[in-house]
Amino acid sequence: MNDLLPLLKDLISEPGLSGYESPVRKLIENAWRPLTDEIHVSRLGSLHALRKGRAPEPRPSLLLTGHMDAIGLMVTSLVDGFIRLVEVGGVDPRVLPGQLVTVHGRKDIPGVIVQPPSYLLPSEVRGVAVPLKYLLVDVGLEPAQVERLVRVGDLVSFAQTPIELGEDYLVGHTLDDRAAVGVITQCLVELQGRSLNWDLWVAATSQEEETFGGAFTSAYQLRPTLAVAIDVTFASGPGSPSHLTFPLGKGFTLGWGPNIHPKFHKAMKDLADRLEIPHKLEPMPELSGTDAYAMQVVAEGVPTMMVGIPLRYMHTPVEMVCLKDITRSGRFLADFAAQLDDKFMEKLSVYPEVVSHED
Amino acid sequence: MKIETIANMSKNRIPSIGNAQIRLLESLCNASAVSGEEEKVRSIVLEQIRPLVDEIKVDALGNVLAKRFGQEKKRLRVMVTAHMDEVGMMIVADDEEGLFRFETVGGLEVSQLVGKAVWVGKNRVPGVIGAKPIHLVEQDELSQLIKLEALRIDVGPENGKKVKVGDRATFATPFIRLGPSLRAKALDDRVGVATLIELIRQPQPHLDLLAAFTVQEEVGLRGARVAAYTLDPDLAFVIDCTPARDLPDWESGGYHVEKEEIENTQYNTRLGAGPAIYIADHATLSDPRLIRHLVETAEALKIPYQIRQPGGGGTDAGAIHRQRVGVPTVSISVPGRYLHTTASIIRLEDWKNTLALIHAALSLLSPRLLRTER
Repeated sequence: MNDLLPLLKDLISEPGLSGYESPVRKLIENAWRPLTDEIHVSRLGSLHALRKGRAPEPRPSLLLTGHMDAIGLMVTSLVDGFIRLVEVGGVDPRVLPGQLVTVHGRKDIPGVIVQPPSYLLPSEVRGVAVPLKYLLVDVGLEPAQVERLVRVGDLVSFAQTPIELGEDYLVGHTLDDRAAVGVITQCLVELQGRSLNWDLWVAATSQEEETFGGAFTSAYQLRPTLAVAIDVTFASGPGSPSHLTFPLGKGFTLGWGPNIHPKFHKAMKDLADRLEIPHKLEPMPELSGTDAYAMQVVAEGVPTMMVGIPLRYMHTPVEMVCLKDITRSGRFLADFAAQLDDKFMEKLSVYPEVVSHED
Repeated sequence: MKIETIANMSKNRIPSIGNAQIRLLESLCNASAVSGEEEKVRSIVLEQIRPLVDEIKVDALGNVLAKRFGQEKKRLRVMVTAHMDEVGMMIVADDEEGLFRFETVGGLEVSQLVGKAVWVGKNRVPGVIGAKPIHLVEQDELSQLIKLEALRIDVGPENGKKVKVGDRATFATPFIRLGPSLRAKALDDRVGVATLIELIRQPQPHLDLLAAFTVQEEVGLRGARVAAYTLDPDLAFVIDCTPARDLPDWESGGYHVEKEEIENTQYNTRLGAGPAIYIADHATLSDPRLIRHLVETAEALKIPYQIRQPGGGGTDAGAIHRQRVGVPTVSISVPGRYLHTTASIIRLEDWKNTLALIHAALSLLSPRLLRTER
């Protein structure tokens, strides 16, 4: 069995919607505390932990982030014991009818999202995919019980339990981006007993799916010399165009585009090539849609990279990853952190000279 | 004997639904039995009723036909049925790497399939039906219904060899109790199956109970047709689970609170309002004497009941009442929300009252009933 599997299954069994990450943060804190020298929670709810380096002060630092917040839903109104919803993060309403959820009211209540029969809906939404505002949650309770337990603004999270598909594949909700928390944990495990020159900060960021609030403020507070956002990327699979996707189990991706420092990219690619770790270039022509987008423009600016874990069915409750991609990325990032020395920044200092990823 | 007297007598032995019955329903719902492959439910049924009945057999289609004889001289031969099968899916092509094309079996809406976990085949290989990431969906695509051709059952690259074309699949939804309700897949019609098992436990000295646990209801009432031929009953009761569409109209609240309340008048049945008695559906005009008998029994015993709104839909009664020279038949259902989806919901009280009403109606059944004019 993959050593990370129990942690990953725990991580995707907890809610922790954007802005309300505490249920999952506690789990991550427990996993990281024994692997790091220092740990604290930011004002916006991100979790920061430090592995101290040995280089003389002021020591440069590398920051690895994975966002811990989850997409989901929020209660907008109650009607006859049924619950109406709005989305938190990007949700395709077409995956929702029949979806099992947990309503986080005065207590956690299991529910199911239902699509009312079409004759109860306005004529313009008959025969088409029904938008979210017309869908309801049924918790199986009497209307008076629902009124007592549930209020407008309560969170509703996906209740899909983790599914193992053989040894190497895991399915569940919020593997975007708890998979990255797995990557960072693997990296910290690999670094046990190894000394670092640079400080290594790791962060489980909050609010990525809504405002990138965690990444902006964590990068400001920690002021890393270099920052790497670890996030999931589109895996090839049914319905997804092949030119925009990466195969499951065939390695991580290294981001390339305006959010990425080209020489930082090259340094990572060179190391991956030297270590013969499978990886692919991920073109991100404009904005990366990850914490790298935010961290790059914090304070005076930060050289930023993005490492992608291929994931199928993103933003559905049945996201699928290959565990090998997660452990390999963790090992690679550990090797990357361990080889950082006092000369490393010289490799990046010539920016902005023209650099191509094929150099 | 006056109806009140019998009512008082039968009250003492009204079968109850407690934890044992709920656990039995749980195991029935969690079992997979897509139309044409009912063996998992059948084996639970056989195990439960074998010690209780005088005769039992499994027929050519897979129906379980069981008889429990009474002792009195002139006995009505009463058929009571519930169907074992459920809607689901069948794998039709192997796209390799653990991806499979599939078709639906029975009335299953494609919009209910997207983003769900499933169990595939007899060994229940776990799989999922995914969707394209919303990030890659064009804006105008969001309002379009996803078509079945676009969907695959994905069991992961490692488990592809464990699934074969022809395997059936069901939603992987575990049974759960929610306050006054029960939620599970396939409550249509495992709640009927569980009810019929409880009825077999109760001796009825004045009649021969001919129990049929039928197959293939969801694909055209095919099991019931041959079961009714074989059993050749004097009359029949069909126990099923019928949709409760008692949801609020979009205009009746929420964003439209200022508007006058608009009532949902096409609810079919309502949850919590008691067993639903059928008068007419797409396949059957219920025997009026049996409808009257059920209504009078319910009123005499103060058991809540509701009349299912006449209209479409159908039950095994559609096949049974036209068998041989005709069989006086009525259907009675536990109302259920969201049938044929991942998770249907019934009220425990409705189930208890359905069992109580059918049990009482059987206890009060007399040959005189069928001698009155239809």
